[in-house]
Amino acid sequence: MEVTIATGRQRGVRLIGAAQRSAASAPSAASAPPQLALSLALPDGSSLVPVVRIGEYVRLGQVVAWSPDCEGTPLHASVSGQVSAIELRDAIGMSARMPAIVIDNDGRDERDPGLIPVADYTLRSAEELLARIEAGGIVGLGGAAFPTHLKLAPTPSTPVETLVINGVECEPGIQCDDMLMRYRAESMLFGAQVMLHIVGAGRCVIAIEADKPEAIAATRTAVKAAGDARLSVAIVPTYYPAGGERQLIEFLFGTQVPAGGLPRDVGVVCQNVGTAAAIATLIRTGEPLVSRLVTVTGLGVAFPRTLEVRLGTPLSHLIEECGGYTPDITRLIAGGMMMGVALPHDALAVAKTTHCVIAATAADLVPRGPAMPCIRCGDCAEACPSHLLPQELYRHAVEEDDAGLARFGITDCIECGCCDAVCPSQLPLVSVFGAARRQLQVNTVTTERRDLARQRFNAHTQRLAVEQAERQRRLKERRPAGRKDE
Amino acid sequence: MLLVLAMLVPAAAADVFWFGPGLPIQIVIASLSALLAESVMLALRREPLQPSLGDGSALVTAALLAFALPPLAPWWVAACGSAFAIVFAKHLFGGLGRNLFNPAMAGFALLLLTFPAEMSRWSMPIVVASHHLGFTDTLTTIFTGVPPVAWDAISSATPLDAVHSGLKTGATLQEVLARTSTAHSASIWSSLGILLGGLGLLGLRIIRWPSPVSMLAAVVVSAGLLNAIDPGTYPGVLFHLTSGATLLGAFFIACDPVTTAASHRGRLWFGAGVGLLTVVIRSWTAYPDGIAFAVLIMNLFVPLIDRLTVPRIYGHAR
Repeated sequence: MEVTIATGRQRGVRLIGAAQRSAASAPSAASAPPQLALSLALPDGSSLVPVVRIGEYVRLGQVVAWSPDCEGTPLHASVSGQVSAIELRDAIGMSARMPAIVIDNDGRDERDPGLIPVADYTLRSAEELLARIEAGGIVGLGGAAFPTHLKLAPTPSTPVETLVINGVECEPGIQCDDMLMRYRAESMLFGAQVMLHIVGAGRCVIAIEADKPEAIAATRTAVKAAGDARLSVAIVPTYYPAGGERQLIEFLFGTQVPAGGLPRDVGVVCQNVGTAAAIATLIRTGEPLVSRLVTVTGLGVAFPRTLEVRLGTPLSHLIEECGGYTPDITRLIAGGMMMGVALPHDALAVAKTTHCVIAATAADLVPRGPAMPCIRCGDCAEACPSHLLPQELYRHAVEEDDAGLARFGITDCIECGCCDAVCPSQLPLVSVFGAARRQLQVNTVTTERRDLARQRFNAHTQRLAVEQAERQRRLKERRPAGRKDE
Repeated sequence: MLLVLAMLVPAAAADVFWFGPGLPIQIVIASLSALLAESVMLALRREPLQPSLGDGSALVTAALLAFALPPLAPWWVAACGSAFAIVFAKHLFGGLGRNLFNPAMAGFALLLLTFPAEMSRWSMPIVVASHHLGFTDTLTTIFTGVPPVAWDAISSATPLDAVHSGLKTGATLQEVLARTSTAHSASIWSSLGILLGGLGLLGLRIIRWPSPVSMLAAVVVSAGLLNAIDPGTYPGVLFHLTSGATLLGAFFIACDPVTTAASHRGRLWFGAGVGLLTVVIRSWTAYPDGIAFAVLIMNLFVPLIDRLTVPRIYGHAR
């Protein structure tokens, strides 16, 4: 893999040869494994609560876990069969073992009879459709897994003018968005129209990277066929991280999303192409989110391809579907080459956030030499899409200087890894920044708690003093007149 | 780092053609001294010799310093300057990446202040010198400090020296320039060599455009302005660009990432400051060339420049 700083208006990097073994065939459905493990982990480290018991028979599309505090969306059985265990299991991207519901697949795919399609969505209110989307367990399929109904929920103060359907692959090498647009563009556009109806936006821009001509052609054909004047296609140059929500909005509209704000603040809502297609399936068939497209790539797998995979499928099963490992596999990665996480083993299960699995060989990975001192060359600053000065952040991070870190905008770091990839001194910048950011959060919370405790203590002392004074005053009043204080 | 050294080759070739084999010998002396100083300092700081010794940064410092020395300067001049640069300007500040001052320029400034006589005996271009010193003669001169013929026969003032002292004797600028024309053409050739190497560095994206462009622009504007006001006292823009260390400073010194500002905007300010100060020092102070002092002064301003030129972060108001 070769990394160069992107030139032009946008900040970022170009990655050449990043696990780009393309699969030209249409995404086929991976076979359902004999046993699945649906992880209840949510991205924030909390977990869903199971609503089924061990031994219970569940049908395809039946709710098996939900979130009582509405932090996440419900999770549905992706096959029919018996719940054989509810236990702690390793989950992708989680440092601790998380609860998971294990289902023994009976292979009959018996559908939950409660799954009903929506006949004509245009007759339904936004609230009703949002409730359906929430009940359908639909989350952002670009990788962040933010609940879609929350992102689409109406906010009167910030009306949505534009819906952006993000077809810019978040990292090079991942192909699920590309494949979806090539072969399911019609479905994606239907989902986009449903979302336009919900948010009441006047236009919808489908953003596609310039290096995906087939996806562009297929989407354009589908837009023409849809005959909807609100839909249009925008071509985005190929660089990383063009698919980042904020970076994409800056490119498309020339406006920046305010720090700490949301795309809504500039009248935009972004949704991934996969999310749009999932909404289409939900409305048309009533089927909730029980499967997703996953790209399996890297030189360490025999036949790289993009597959439609049931949630809960073990990665080992997925690799077998792609012809198994090649002898020189060195590392298994969930996610892309830039932001992906190395996995300890392949018994982990596909979750809603799993868009890519890379079976990497030494040739896929960038060899990392020993870290050398920073020479302030500034390559990192040139590559940073958030316009930060990573060389300064690094200095302050090493010195554990929280004030300096805050001043140079550590909280605006999106941890994309561009600085890391271009650093000639091979400094582990992104992991240092990640750690510094989390430490800063911990320190801030600690400081807040301390301040709160101090405030409470001060208020308490003050209250006591006031009470004391009041008591003395009353005492003085009650004393018989004429008698003098000594 | 090694590519930086490679990009100095065209200028070194021009230098050898005009002034004889002095420069390569000075580079070797300075490099050995720098590597020795680097090893001693790493050992004193209890740090491993590798990879610091092999990163080539000490060699670049030594080579740049050697370029600024008179080709026939005694060996201990290069050795002292190089060792000072590594020990004081680099390691006492914390080593590579932490130094405030450009080490080569700090070493050069020390030499200029402590050994003014040795530092001003610049070689006469071979074409006009009455004696041609071969490799052995050059080596003997550097190591014994005694040339085979009188110094006057082989040394001459640099064009900047000539202008600087010539004007004091009452000669007009034009007369002085005519007298030093051969030396100046030598200087033009090495400047072209530097330019070639500098463009190579830019092309390979080893250095970035802001510092050299803004520094040269500042020299052009300030020198041009002075020349327009009083052409009899202040030499023209081309003279400033092609004499002394102007181009070396622009492409090899002001671009040192460690001692320049962090952001593009900051680097523009840094370069402009160096360019302006260079012309100011050349025009009105006791020193004929000003690159070294201009760089060192601007190095001092880098923390301030960095503070004032933090780029606007995505999504934040200006």
